[in-house]
Amino acid sequence: MTTTRAMAAPRETYGRTLLTMAEDYPDIVVLGGDLNVSTFVHLWRDQYPDRFFDFGPAEQNIVGVAAGLAAAGKIPFVSTFSVFGTGRPYDQLRVLISQPSLNVKLVCTHAGILTGEDGMSAHSIEDLSLMCSLPSFRVVTPADSVETDRAVRAAAAIHGPVYVRLPRAATPVVHTDDYRFDLGQADTLRPGADVSIIAVGSLVAPALDAAAALASQSINARVINLHTLAPADTDAIVAAARETGAIVTAEEHYVHGGLGSVVAGVTARHCPVPIEMVALRGYTGSGPAYELMAKNGLTAAGIEQAALQVISRKTT
Amino acid sequence: MAAVNQPALSVDDMRSTAQALRRDSLEMIFRAGSGHPGGSFSEMDILVALYFGILRYDAANPGWPERDRFILSKGHASPGFYAVLARAGYFDRAELASFRQTDGLLQGHAHPMTPGVEMNSGSLGMGLSFALGHALAARLDGRNYRVFALLGDGECQEGEIWEAAMSAAHHQANNLVAIVDRNRIQNDRFTDEVMTLEPLADRWRDFGWNVFHCDGHQHAAILDTLRQAMQSGPSVVIADTVKGKGVSFMENNPGFHGRAPNPDEYAAALDELAR
Repeated sequence: MTTTRAMAAPRETYGRTLLTMAEDYPDIVVLGGDLNVSTFVHLWRDQYPDRFFDFGPAEQNIVGVAAGLAAAGKIPFVSTFSVFGTGRPYDQLRVLISQPSLNVKLVCTHAGILTGEDGMSAHSIEDLSLMCSLPSFRVVTPADSVETDRAVRAAAAIHGPVYVRLPRAATPVVHTDDYRFDLGQADTLRPGADVSIIAVGSLVAPALDAAAALASQSINARVINLHTLAPADTDAIVAAARETGAIVTAEEHYVHGGLGSVVAGVTARHCPVPIEMVALRGYTGSGPAYELMAKNGLTAAGIEQAALQVISRKTT
Repeated sequence: MAAVNQPALSVDDMRSTAQALRRDSLEMIFRAGSGHPGGSFSEMDILVALYFGILRYDAANPGWPERDRFILSKGHASPGFYAVLARAGYFDRAELASFRQTDGLLQGHAHPMTPGVEMNSGSLGMGLSFALGHALAARLDGRNYRVFALLGDGECQEGEIWEAAMSAAHHQANNLVAIVDRNRIQNDRFTDEVMTLEPLADRWRDFGWNVFHCDGHQHAAILDTLRQAMQSGPSVVIADTVKGKGVSFMENNPGFHGRAPNPDEYAAALDELAR
Protein backbone atom coordinates (compact mmCIF):
# COMPACT_ATOMS: atom_id res chain seq x y z
CA MET A 1 0.00 0.00 0.00
CA THR A 2 1.76 3.15 -1.17
CA THR A 3 0.37 6.64 -0.85
CA THR A 4 1.14 8.93 -3.76
CA ARG A 5 3.10 11.92 -2.52
CA ALA A 6 4.72 14.91 -4.13
CA MET A 7 8.47 14.53 -4.58
CA ALA A 8 11.01 17.22 -3.71
CA ALA A 9 14.80 17.34 -3.38
CA PRO A 10 15.91 18.26 0.15
CA ARG A 11 19.30 19.46 -1.09
CA GLU A 12 17.66 22.02 -3.37
CA THR A 13 15.50 23.16 -0.48
CA TYR A 14 18.67 23.52 1.60
CA GLY A 15 20.26 25.82 -0.96
CA ARG A 16 17.13 27.94 -1.25
CA THR A 17 16.55 28.11 2.51
CA LEU A 18 20.11 29.31 3.08
CA LEU A 19 19.53 32.20 0.71
CA THR A 20 16.52 33.36 2.70
CA MET A 21 18.63 33.55 5.87
CA ALA A 22 21.44 35.69 4.50
CA GLU A 23 20.15 39.00 5.81
CA ASP A 24 18.89 37.78 9.16
CA TYR A 25 22.23 36.10 9.81
CA PRO A 26 24.99 38.40 8.55
CA ASP A 27 27.59 36.09 10.13
CA ILE A 28 26.67 33.09 7.99
CA VAL A 29 29.45 32.14 5.59
CA VAL A 30 29.37 29.10 3.32
CA LEU A 31 32.29 26.80 2.60
CA GLY A 32 32.32 24.28 -0.21
CA GLY A 33 34.58 21.71 -1.78
CA ASP A 34 34.03 21.74 -5.53
CA LEU A 35 30.62 20.08 -5.27
CA ASN A 36 28.69 23.29 -4.91
CA VAL A 37 26.22 22.77 -7.71
CA SER A 38 25.38 19.31 -6.40
CA THR A 39 24.91 20.59 -2.85
CA PHE A 40 23.02 23.64 -4.16
CA VAL A 41 25.21 26.14 -2.31
CA HIS A 42 26.14 27.53 -5.73
CA LEU A 43 22.97 29.60 -5.28
CA TRP A 44 24.66 31.29 -2.32
CA ARG A 45 28.04 31.41 -4.05
CA ASP A 46 26.57 33.34 -6.94
CA GLN A 47 24.59 35.74 -4.78
CA TYR A 48 27.05 36.28 -1.89
CA PRO A 49 30.52 35.69 -3.36
CA ASP A 50 32.21 37.58 -0.51
CA ARG A 51 30.63 35.21 2.01
CA PHE A 52 31.55 32.05 0.14
CA PHE A 53 34.84 30.14 0.06
CA ASP A 54 35.70 27.22 -2.16
CA PHE A 55 38.56 24.99 -1.10
CA GLY A 56 38.39 22.28 -3.69
CA PRO A 57 38.18 18.69 -2.51
CA ALA A 58 40.34 19.25 0.58
CA GLU A 59 37.91 18.41 3.36
CA GLN A 60 40.36 18.43 6.25
CA ASN A 61 41.23 22.02 5.40
CA ILE A 62 37.59 23.02 4.85
CA VAL A 63 36.65 21.85 8.32
CA GLY A 64 39.75 23.44 9.86
CA VAL A 65 39.03 26.81 8.25
CA ALA A 66 35.40 26.56 9.33
CA ALA A 67 36.54 26.06 12.92
CA GLY A 68 38.71 29.18 12.74
CA LEU A 69 35.87 31.22 11.25
CA ALA A 70 33.52 30.00 13.98
CA ALA A 71 36.06 30.86 16.69
CA ALA A 72 36.14 34.37 15.23
CA GLY A 73 32.35 34.67 15.50
CA LYS A 74 31.18 33.55 12.08
CA ILE A 75 28.50 30.91 11.46
CA PRO A 76 30.08 28.64 8.86
CA PHE A 77 27.90 26.27 6.85
CA VAL A 78 30.09 23.54 5.38
CA SER A 79 28.58 21.54 2.55
CA THR A 80 29.85 18.64 0.55
CA PHE A 81 28.87 15.01 0.06
CA SER A 82 28.29 13.05 3.25
CA VAL A 83 31.08 10.55 2.60
CA PHE A 84 33.61 13.35 2.13
CA GLY A 85 32.30 15.67 4.84
CA THR A 86 32.20 13.17 7.70
CA GLY A 87 34.73 10.42 7.07
CA ARG A 88 37.62 12.32 5.54
CA PRO A 89 37.83 15.13 8.13
CA TYR A 90 36.62 13.11 11.12
CA ASP A 91 39.67 14.08 13.17
CA GLN A 92 39.20 17.78 12.42
CA LEU A 93 35.50 17.51 13.33
CA ARG A 94 36.51 15.87 16.59
CA VAL A 95 39.45 18.02 17.69
CA LEU A 96 38.66 21.42 16.20
CA ILE A 97 34.86 21.48 16.38
CA SER A 98 33.37 18.93 18.77
CA GLN A 99 35.84 19.23 21.65
CA PRO A 100 35.65 23.04 21.89
CA SER A 101 31.98 22.94 20.73
CA LEU A 102 32.37 25.52 17.98
CA ASN A 103 29.43 26.92 16.05
CA VAL A 104 29.88 25.07 12.75
CA LYS A 105 27.00 23.66 10.68
CA LEU A 106 27.90 20.64 8.58
CA VAL A 107 25.14 20.08 6.02
CA CYS A 108 25.97 17.12 3.83
CA THR A 109 24.10 15.85 0.83
CA HIS A 110 24.28 12.51 -0.99
CA ALA A 111 23.97 10.56 2.25
CA GLY A 112 22.80 6.95 2.36
CA ILE A 113 22.53 4.71 -0.71
CA LEU A 114 20.26 6.92 -2.79
CA THR A 115 23.46 7.86 -4.63
CA GLY A 116 22.69 4.54 -6.32
CA GLU A 117 24.75 4.05 -9.43
CA ASP A 118 27.84 5.81 -8.06
CA GLY A 119 28.39 2.72 -5.99
CA MET A 120 29.92 1.60 -2.76
CA SER A 121 32.41 4.39 -2.12
CA ALA A 122 29.69 6.99 -2.70
CA HIS A 123 27.21 5.28 -0.38
CA SER A 124 27.37 7.06 2.96
CA ILE A 125 26.13 4.41 5.36
CA GLU A 126 28.41 5.13 8.32
CA ASP A 127 27.95 8.89 8.74
CA LEU A 128 25.31 8.77 11.47
CA SER A 129 27.53 6.48 13.49
CA LEU A 130 30.51 8.78 13.05
CA MET A 131 28.61 11.95 13.86
CA CYS A 132 26.70 10.47 16.82
CA SER A 133 30.08 9.53 18.28
CA LEU A 134 31.05 13.21 18.59
CA PRO A 135 29.59 14.42 21.89
CA SER A 136 28.96 18.08 21.00
CA PHE A 137 27.26 17.52 17.67
CA ARG A 138 23.51 17.60 17.22
CA VAL A 139 22.63 15.14 14.45
CA VAL A 140 19.55 15.72 12.32
CA THR A 141 18.15 13.62 9.45
CA PRO A 142 15.21 15.46 7.88
CA ALA A 143 12.44 13.26 6.53
CA ASP A 144 11.63 15.46 3.57
CA SER A 145 12.06 18.82 1.94
CA VAL A 146 9.79 20.65 4.39
CA GLU A 147 11.70 19.32 7.37
CA THR A 148 14.98 20.18 5.68
CA ASP A 149 13.95 23.82 5.60
CA ARG A 150 13.01 23.77 9.29
CA ALA A 151 16.15 21.88 10.32
CA VAL A 152 18.47 24.28 8.51
CA ARG A 153 16.77 27.24 10.17
CA ALA A 154 17.02 25.54 13.57
CA ALA A 155 20.69 24.80 12.98
CA ALA A 156 21.42 28.46 12.35
CA ALA A 157 19.37 29.58 15.33
CA ILE A 158 21.18 27.53 17.96
CA HIS A 159 24.79 27.87 19.05
CA GLY A 160 26.98 24.81 18.62
CA PRO A 161 27.86 22.18 16.07
CA VAL A 162 25.10 20.56 14.01
CA TYR A 163 25.21 17.84 11.37
CA VAL A 164 22.35 17.72 8.87
CA ARG A 165 22.07 14.61 6.69
CA LEU A 166 20.44 14.97 3.27
CA PRO A 167 20.04 12.57 0.33
CA ARG A 168 20.79 13.16 -3.32
CA ALA A 169 17.46 11.95 -4.61
CA ALA A 170 14.14 13.69 -4.49
CA THR A 171 12.10 12.14 -1.68
CA PRO A 172 8.38 12.01 -0.89
CA VAL A 173 7.01 15.00 0.98
CA VAL A 174 5.41 13.84 4.21
CA HIS A 175 4.95 17.12 6.05
CA THR A 176 2.56 19.94 5.34
CA ASP A 177 3.72 23.53 5.12
CA ASP A 178 2.54 24.28 8.65
CA TYR A 179 4.84 21.59 10.08
CA ARG A 180 6.51 22.63 13.31
CA PHE A 181 10.00 21.22 13.86
CA ASP A 182 11.56 21.06 17.30
CA LEU A 183 15.18 19.99 17.27
CA GLY A 184 15.58 17.08 19.66
CA GLN A 185 11.81 16.43 19.91
CA ALA A 186 10.50 13.36 18.11
CA ASP A 187 7.70 13.92 15.61
CA THR A 188 4.85 11.43 16.05
CA LEU A 189 3.18 11.12 12.69
CA ARG A 190 0.60 8.48 13.52
CA PRO A 191 -0.78 7.18 16.82
CA GLY A 192 -0.88 3.47 17.54
CA ALA A 193 -0.61 0.99 20.41
CA ASP A 194 0.33 -2.36 18.85
CA VAL A 195 3.83 -1.62 17.61
CA SER A 196 6.02 1.45 17.05
CA ILE A 197 7.84 2.16 13.84
CA ILE A 198 10.63 4.65 14.46
CA ALA A 199 12.13 5.91 11.22
CA VAL A 200 14.47 8.59 9.90
CA GLY A 201 15.02 10.29 6.58
CA SER A 202 14.01 8.41 3.48
CA LEU A 203 12.36 5.63 5.50
CA VAL A 204 9.73 7.88 7.11
CA ALA A 205 7.41 7.79 4.08
CA PRO A 206 7.72 3.99 3.75
CA ALA A 207 7.04 3.74 7.49
CA LEU A 208 3.75 5.57 7.01
CA ASP A 209 2.89 3.28 4.11
CA ALA A 210 3.74 0.22 6.20
CA ALA A 211 1.50 1.51 8.99
CA ALA A 212 -1.37 1.89 6.53
CA ALA A 213 -0.86 -1.68 5.32
CA LEU A 214 -0.77 -2.94 8.92
CA ALA A 215 -3.99 -1.04 9.68
CA SER A 216 -5.78 -3.10 7.04
CA GLN A 217 -4.76 -6.13 9.13
CA SER A 218 -6.18 -4.45 12.26
CA ILE A 219 -2.71 -3.65 13.59
CA ASN A 220 -2.30 -0.09 14.83
CA ALA A 221 1.26 1.03 14.35
CA ARG A 222 2.61 4.21 15.88
CA VAL A 223 4.94 6.03 13.49
CA ILE A 224 7.65 8.25 14.92
CA ASN A 225 10.01 10.38 12.89
CA LEU A 226 13.13 10.54 15.08
CA HIS A 227 14.73 13.28 13.00
CA THR A 228 17.22 14.14 15.75
CA LEU A 229 19.45 11.24 16.80
CA ALA A 230 21.65 13.38 19.03
CA PRO A 231 20.35 14.41 21.41
CA ALA A 232 17.70 11.71 21.01
CA ASP A 233 14.20 12.19 22.41
CA THR A 234 14.49 9.61 25.17
CA ASP A 235 10.97 10.24 26.46
CA ALA A 236 9.38 9.46 23.09
CA ILE A 237 11.39 6.27 22.68
CA VAL A 238 10.61 5.05 26.20
CA ALA A 239 6.91 5.88 25.74
CA ALA A 240 6.88 3.93 22.48
CA ALA A 241 8.44 0.92 24.19
CA ARG A 242 6.16 1.10 27.22
CA GLU A 243 2.94 1.77 25.36
CA THR A 244 3.35 -0.47 22.31
CA GLY A 245 5.72 -3.18 23.59
CA ALA A 246 7.59 -3.66 20.32
CA ILE A 247 9.65 -1.43 18.04
CA VAL A 248 10.80 -1.45 14.44
CA THR A 249 13.57 0.96 13.52
CA ALA A 250 14.00 1.96 9.88
CA GLU A 251 16.96 3.85 8.46
CA GLU A 252 18.98 4.14 5.27
CA HIS A 253 22.23 3.52 7.15
CA TYR A 254 24.39 0.66 8.34
CA VAL A 255 22.73 -1.24 11.18
CA HIS A 256 25.56 -0.31 13.54
CA GLY A 257 25.74 3.08 15.17
CA GLY A 258 22.68 4.83 13.75
CA LEU A 259 18.99 4.93 14.64
CA GLY A 260 18.73 1.26 15.62
CA SER A 261 21.65 1.55 18.00
CA VAL A 262 20.28 4.73 19.55
CA VAL A 263 16.82 3.23 20.13
CA ALA A 264 18.26 -0.05 21.42
CA GLY A 265 20.50 1.85 23.81
CA VAL A 266 17.64 3.88 25.24
CA THR A 267 15.24 0.94 25.58
CA ALA A 268 17.89 -1.33 27.09
CA ARG A 269 18.39 1.19 29.87
CA HIS A 270 14.78 2.18 30.47
CA CYS A 271 12.29 -0.35 29.07
CA PRO A 272 13.59 -3.39 27.17
CA VAL A 273 11.24 -4.59 24.42
CA PRO A 274 11.75 -6.62 21.22
CA ILE A 275 13.25 -4.57 18.38
CA GLU A 276 13.64 -5.34 14.70
CA MET A 277 15.99 -3.15 12.71
CA VAL A 278 15.39 -2.33 9.07
CA ALA A 279 18.81 -1.12 8.00
CA LEU A 280 21.74 -2.00 5.81
CA ARG A 281 23.64 -5.11 6.80
CA GLY A 282 26.75 -4.17 4.88
CA TYR A 283 27.90 -2.56 1.67
CA THR A 284 25.79 -2.71 -1.46
CA GLY A 285 27.00 -2.10 -4.99
CA SER A 286 25.94 0.13 -7.86
CA GLY A 287 22.39 0.22 -9.12
CA PRO A 288 19.40 2.50 -9.55
CA ALA A 289 18.66 4.10 -6.18
CA TYR A 290 15.26 2.61 -5.46
CA GLU A 291 16.33 -0.81 -6.79
CA LEU A 292 19.05 -0.77 -4.16
CA MET A 293 16.53 0.21 -1.51
CA ALA A 294 14.34 -2.75 -2.52
CA LYS A 295 17.28 -5.13 -2.71
CA ASN A 296 18.18 -4.23 0.86
CA GLY A 297 14.65 -4.36 2.23
CA LEU A 298 14.46 -0.62 2.82
CA THR A 299 10.84 -0.43 1.72
CA ALA A 300 7.33 -0.25 3.14
CA ALA A 301 7.03 -4.01 2.63
CA GLY A 302 10.29 -4.58 4.48
CA ILE A 303 9.09 -2.47 7.41
CA GLU A 304 5.71 -4.23 7.42
CA GLN A 305 7.42 -7.63 7.58
CA ALA A 306 9.64 -6.44 10.40
CA ALA A 307 6.58 -5.19 12.28
CA LEU A 308 4.83 -8.56 12.01
CA GLN A 309 8.05 -10.24 13.12
CA VAL A 310 8.55 -8.02 16.16
CA ILE A 311 4.90 -8.35 17.19
CA SER A 312 5.34 -12.14 17.16
CA ARG A 313 8.17 -11.69 19.66
CA LYS A 314 6.06 -9.75 22.14
CA THR A 315 5.82 -11.64 25.42
CA THR A 316 2.36 -10.51 26.45
CA MET B 1 42.25 50.34 21.10
CA ALA B 2 43.04 48.46 24.28
CA ALA B 3 46.47 47.86 25.72
CA VAL B 4 48.97 46.15 23.48
CA ASN B 5 52.27 44.35 23.97
CA GLN B 6 51.93 43.78 27.67
CA PRO B 7 54.67 44.10 28.63
CA ALA B 8 57.10 44.98 25.86
CA LEU B 9 60.64 43.83 26.54
CA SER B 10 64.03 44.88 25.28
CA VAL B 11 65.98 42.30 23.33
CA ASP B 12 68.29 41.83 26.33
CA ASP B 13 65.34 41.21 28.61
CA MET B 14 63.87 38.79 26.10
CA ARG B 15 66.92 36.58 26.45
CA SER B 16 66.72 36.36 30.23
CA THR B 17 62.95 36.02 30.11
CA ALA B 18 63.20 33.10 27.70
CA GLN B 19 65.64 31.33 30.02
CA ALA B 20 63.35 31.89 33.01
CA LEU B 21 60.37 30.58 31.07
CA ARG B 22 62.34 27.51 29.98
CA ARG B 23 62.86 26.83 33.68
CA ASP B 24 59.12 27.23 34.30
CA SER B 25 58.37 24.84 31.42
CA LEU B 26 60.75 22.24 32.69
CA GLU B 27 59.37 22.48 36.21
CA MET B 28 55.86 21.86 34.83
CA ILE B 29 57.03 18.81 32.92
CA PHE B 30 59.03 17.46 35.84
CA ARG B 31 56.14 17.86 38.28
CA ALA B 32 53.66 16.30 35.85
CA GLY B 33 56.05 13.48 35.03
CA SER B 34 55.34 13.88 31.33
CA GLY B 35 55.30 16.49 28.59
CA HIS B 36 57.41 17.77 25.74
CA PRO B 37 60.56 19.69 26.71
CA GLY B 38 62.39 19.56 23.35
CA GLY B 39 59.87 21.59 21.36
CA SER B 40 59.04 23.84 24.30
CA PHE B 41 62.67 24.93 24.38
CA SER B 42 63.10 25.26 20.61
CA GLU B 43 60.01 27.49 20.28
CA MET B 44 60.65 29.61 23.36
CA ASP B 45 62.59 32.48 21.77
CA ILE B 46 60.02 32.76 18.99
CA LEU B 47 57.18 32.93 21.52
CA VAL B 48 58.95 35.50 23.66
CA ALA B 49 59.63 37.68 20.61
CA LEU B 50 55.98 37.41 19.57
CA TYR B 51 54.37 38.03 22.95
CA PHE B 52 56.72 40.78 24.11
CA GLY B 53 57.51 42.47 20.83
CA ILE B 54 54.96 41.78 18.10
CA LEU B 55 51.48 40.72 19.18
CA ARG B 56 48.71 43.15 20.09
CA TYR B 57 46.58 41.69 22.86
CA ASP B 58 44.90 42.43 26.14
CA ALA B 59 45.55 39.64 28.61
CA ALA B 60 42.73 40.89 30.83
CA ASN B 61 40.34 40.51 27.89
CA PRO B 62 41.45 37.40 25.98
CA GLY B 63 38.47 37.65 23.60
CA TRP B 64 39.22 41.22 22.52
CA PRO B 65 38.03 41.08 18.89
CA GLU B 66 40.91 43.17 17.57
CA ARG B 67 43.62 41.01 19.16
CA ASP B 68 46.28 39.50 16.98
CA ARG B 69 45.81 35.76 16.88
CA PHE B 70 48.56 33.37 17.84
CA ILE B 71 47.76 29.75 17.06
CA LEU B 72 49.98 27.01 18.43
CA SER B 73 49.54 24.25 15.90
CA LYS B 74 52.23 22.05 17.48
CA GLY B 75 50.09 21.77 20.58
CA HIS B 76 52.34 19.27 22.34
CA ALA B 77 54.78 22.13 22.98
CA SER B 78 52.24 23.51 25.45
CA PRO B 79 54.56 23.87 28.48
CA GLY B 80 56.56 26.58 26.75
CA PHE B 81 53.36 28.23 25.57
CA TYR B 82 51.75 28.20 29.02
CA ALA B 83 54.84 29.67 30.65
CA VAL B 84 54.69 32.54 28.14
CA LEU B 85 50.94 33.07 28.61
CA ALA B 86 51.41 33.28 32.38
CA ARG B 87 54.24 35.79 31.95
CA ALA B 88 52.03 37.78 29.55
CA GLY B 89 49.36 38.00 32.24
CA TYR B 90 46.66 35.64 30.98
CA PHE B 91 46.66 33.73 34.27
CA ASP B 92 48.66 33.51 37.46
CA ARG B 93 52.02 31.80 37.35
CA ALA B 94 50.88 29.54 40.20
CA GLU B 95 48.45 28.01 37.73
CA LEU B 96 51.39 26.33 35.98
CA ALA B 97 51.21 23.70 38.73
CA SER B 98 47.91 22.49 37.25
CA PHE B 99 49.58 21.31 34.04
CA ARG B 100 48.29 17.82 33.16
CA GLN B 101 46.47 17.56 36.50
CA THR B 102 42.86 16.37 36.89
CA ASP B 103 40.49 19.33 36.58
CA GLY B 104 43.48 21.58 35.93
CA LEU B 105 43.34 24.63 33.70
CA LEU B 106 46.36 23.58 31.65
CA GLN B 107 45.65 20.55 29.48
CA GLY B 108 48.37 18.25 28.17
CA HIS B 109 47.85 19.70 24.73
CA ALA B 110 46.68 23.31 24.51
CA HIS B 111 42.89 23.70 24.65
CA PRO B 112 40.89 26.96 24.51
CA MET B 113 39.63 26.43 28.07
CA THR B 114 42.93 28.13 28.96
CA PRO B 115 42.82 31.94 28.64
CA GLY B 116 44.96 33.00 25.69
CA VAL B 117 44.70 29.68 23.86
CA GLU B 118 42.83 30.05 20.57
CA MET B 119 42.66 26.47 19.30
CA ASN B 120 42.26 22.93 20.56
CA SER B 121 45.35 20.96 19.60
CA GLY B 122 47.14 17.68 19.86
CA SER B 123 46.46 16.29 16.41
CA LEU B 124 49.04 17.68 14.04
CA GLY B 125 48.43 19.61 10.85
CA MET B 126 45.33 21.56 11.84
CA GLY B 127 46.61 24.94 12.94
CA LEU B 128 47.22 26.53 9.57
CA SER B 129 43.65 25.84 8.43
CA PHE B 130 42.30 27.23 11.70
CA ALA B 131 44.53 30.29 11.35
CA LEU B 132 43.25 30.83 7.82
CA GLY B 133 39.71 30.83 9.20
CA HIS B 134 40.63 33.67 11.56
CA ALA B 135 42.42 35.48 8.74
CA LEU B 136 39.36 35.30 6.48
CA ALA B 137 37.12 36.42 9.34
CA ALA B 138 39.26 39.53 9.78
CA ARG B 139 38.64 40.41 6.15
CA LEU B 140 34.90 39.76 6.43
CA ASP B 141 34.66 41.94 9.55
CA GLY B 142 36.98 44.69 8.31
CA ARG B 143 39.39 44.15 11.20
CA ASN B 144 43.11 44.74 11.07
CA TYR B 145 44.40 41.95 13.27
CA ARG B 146 47.19 39.67 12.09
CA VAL B 147 47.22 35.90 12.45
CA PHE B 148 50.32 33.89 13.37
CA ALA B 149 50.52 30.11 13.35
CA LEU B 150 53.47 28.22 14.80
CA LEU B 151 54.05 24.89 13.08
CA GLY B 152 56.45 22.10 13.87
CA ASP B 153 58.75 21.03 11.11
CA GLY B 154 57.75 17.38 11.43
CA GLU B 155 54.18 18.63 11.38
CA CYS B 156 54.73 19.82 7.81
CA GLN B 157 54.55 16.16 6.81
CA GLU B 158 50.79 16.37 7.38
CA GLY B 159 48.83 16.79 4.14
CA GLU B 160 46.43 19.30 5.65
CA ILE B 161 49.28 21.80 6.03
CA TRP B 162 49.63 21.88 2.26
CA GLU B 163 45.88 22.00 1.67
CA ALA B 164 45.85 25.06 3.91
CA ALA B 165 48.95 26.55 2.28
CA MET B 166 47.43 26.22 -1.20
CA SER B 167 44.15 27.76 -0.11
CA ALA B 168 45.70 30.63 1.89
CA ALA B 169 47.51 31.77 -1.23
CA HIS B 170 44.40 31.28 -3.38
CA HIS B 171 42.27 33.30 -0.99
CA GLN B 172 45.00 35.95 -0.65
CA ALA B 173 45.30 35.80 3.11
CA ASN B 174 47.75 38.67 3.37
CA ASN B 175 47.27 38.95 7.13
CA LEU B 176 48.57 35.42 7.76
CA VAL B 177 52.08 34.50 8.90
CA ALA B 178 53.20 30.91 9.47
CA ILE B 179 56.33 30.20 11.48
CA VAL B 180 58.06 26.84 11.18
CA ASP B 181 60.02 25.78 14.25
CA ARG B 182 62.73 24.08 12.21
CA ASN B 183 64.44 22.10 14.94
CA ARG B 184 65.05 19.10 12.65
CA ILE B 185 63.80 16.52 15.14
CA GLN B 186 60.37 14.93 15.41
CA ASN B 187 58.87 12.32 17.72
CA ASP B 188 61.00 9.33 16.81
CA ARG B 189 64.07 10.65 15.05
CA PHE B 190 65.61 13.43 12.96
CA THR B 191 63.18 14.75 10.34
CA ASP B 192 65.59 13.82 7.56
CA GLU B 193 65.43 10.20 8.67
CA VAL B 194 61.64 10.09 8.96
CA MET B 195 60.57 12.05 5.87
CA THR B 196 62.55 14.51 3.81
CA LEU B 197 61.26 18.08 4.20
CA GLU B 198 63.79 19.85 2.01
CA PRO B 199 63.68 21.88 -0.08
CA LEU B 200 61.25 23.29 2.48
CA ALA B 201 61.51 26.94 1.44
CA ASP B 202 60.98 26.06 -2.22
CA ARG B 203 57.94 24.03 -1.31
CA TRP B 204 56.31 26.96 0.48
CA ARG B 205 57.32 29.30 -2.34
CA ASP B 206 55.79 26.97 -4.90
CA PHE B 207 52.55 27.09 -2.95
CA GLY B 208 52.46 30.87 -3.36
CA TRP B 209 53.95 32.04 -0.06
CA ASN B 210 56.58 34.68 0.70
CA VAL B 211 59.41 32.87 2.45
CA PHE B 212 61.70 34.29 5.12
CA HIS B 213 64.45 32.74 7.22
CA CYS B 214 65.88 33.61 10.58
CA ASP B 215 67.85 32.25 13.50
CA GLY B 216 65.03 31.18 15.79
CA HIS B 217 67.05 31.92 18.91
CA GLN B 218 68.16 35.51 18.15
CA HIS B 219 65.38 37.81 19.28
CA ALA B 220 66.47 40.79 17.20
CA ALA B 221 66.52 38.62 14.09
CA ILE B 222 63.15 37.07 14.90
CA LEU B 223 61.55 40.49 15.42
CA ASP B 224 63.06 41.92 12.28
CA THR B 225 62.02 38.94 10.17
CA LEU B 226 58.48 38.82 11.52
CA ARG B 227 58.05 42.54 10.80
CA GLN B 228 59.11 41.95 7.22
CA ALA B 229 56.87 38.90 6.93
CA MET B 230 53.88 40.88 8.17
CA GLN B 231 54.17 43.37 5.32
CA SER B 232 52.47 41.15 2.77
CA GLY B 233 51.27 37.63 3.34
CA PRO B 234 50.74 34.85 3.27
CA SER B 235 54.28 34.61 4.56
CA VAL B 236 56.20 31.86 6.21
CA VAL B 237 59.20 32.32 8.47
CA ILE B 238 61.41 29.26 8.61
CA ALA B 239 63.09 29.69 11.98
CA ASP B 240 66.19 27.58 12.44
CA THR B 241 66.13 26.32 15.97
CA VAL B 242 67.73 23.72 18.21
CA LYS B 243 65.53 21.10 19.81
CA GLY B 244 66.00 21.25 23.56
CA LYS B 245 67.74 24.64 23.29
CA GLY B 246 69.43 25.75 26.50
CA VAL B 247 70.24 22.41 28.09
CA SER B 248 73.35 20.73 26.72
CA PHE B 249 72.20 17.15 27.05
CA MET B 250 68.76 17.89 25.64
CA GLU B 251 69.98 19.91 22.67
CA ASN B 252 69.61 18.11 19.37
CA ASN B 253 68.61 14.97 21.23
CA PRO B 254 65.51 13.14 19.88
CA GLY B 255 65.20 11.45 23.27
CA PHE B 256 63.79 14.64 24.79
CA HIS B 257 61.01 15.28 22.29
CA GLY B 258 58.40 13.93 24.64
CA ARG B 259 59.69 12.78 27.97
CA ALA B 260 60.17 14.32 31.38
CA PRO B 261 63.65 14.56 32.91
CA ASN B 262 64.51 12.32 35.86
CA PRO B 263 65.49 14.09 39.10
CA ASP B 264 69.21 14.21 38.26
CA GLU B 265 68.54 15.48 34.76
CA TYR B 266 66.11 18.03 36.14
CA ALA B 267 68.63 19.43 38.60
CA ALA B 268 71.35 19.58 35.96
CA ALA B 269 69.02 21.25 33.46
CA LEU B 270 67.85 23.89 35.92
CA ASP B 271 71.46 24.61 36.71
CA GLU B 272 72.32 25.17 33.05
CA LEU B 273 69.23 27.31 32.48
CA ALA B 274 70.14 29.50 35.46
CA ARG B 275 73.47 30.52 34.02
